[in-house]
Amino acid sequence: MDETVAARIKQEIDDNQVVLFMKGTPVFPQCGFSAAVVQILSHLNVKFKGVDVLQDPGIRQGIKDFSNWPTIPQLYVKGEFVGGCDIIREMFQNGELQDFLQTNGIEAKPAA
Amino acid sequence: MAVAETIEHKLTQALAPQRLKIVDDSEKHKGHAGYREGGETHFSVEVVSEAFTGQNRVARQRRVYEILAEELAAGVHALQLKTLTPEEDA
Repeated sequence: MDETVAARIKQEIDDNQVVLFMKGTPVFPQCGFSAAVVQILSHLNVKFKGVDVLQDPGIRQGIKDFSNWPTIPQLYVKGEFVGGCDIIREMFQNGELQDFLQTNGIEAKPAA
Repeated sequence: MAVAETIEHKLTQALAPQRLKIVDDSEKHKGHAGYREGGETHFSVEVVSEAFTGQNRVARQRRVYEILAEELAAGVHALQLKTLTPEEDA
């Protein structure tokens, strides 16, 4: 993988506690799987940075190599790869995601 | 061989699943990115295998992605996965 691409990905996940590599933006997701994860994070009021891979072919392929994970979206929390859409959805449904985020010092609470 | 059959064959060979369910969801994604005429682009796969015991979710799905790397490179655009051990499936 291109070293500058790897460095940029590294920078994103170092600079932001929660990063979602996705298709489209949090406001206008361009793919149902990305939209599903945005919806979960938004529901939990989690602050996150969305990185639109469609804006950058280097990142689009680069993130797959970087994570050793062939699909988008991909969620990183505190520099650690947590999973794609199915994993996040499953973790959210059984309450594990909220616990995981809180354990990492990230606020995750549905609006009252 | 149809893509679903290839997926079934490869996963059966590699994971000896207790249960394996493959659904072609392509029509649900008509008009979306990655769809092409004839389908075979979007699949949901549910695998129950002893091979997942002791592995976390990421490791399990990585394993499945590795087994199906050729298919993913060749036009399978999305693979929705549920990976369980026989115990979790009970």
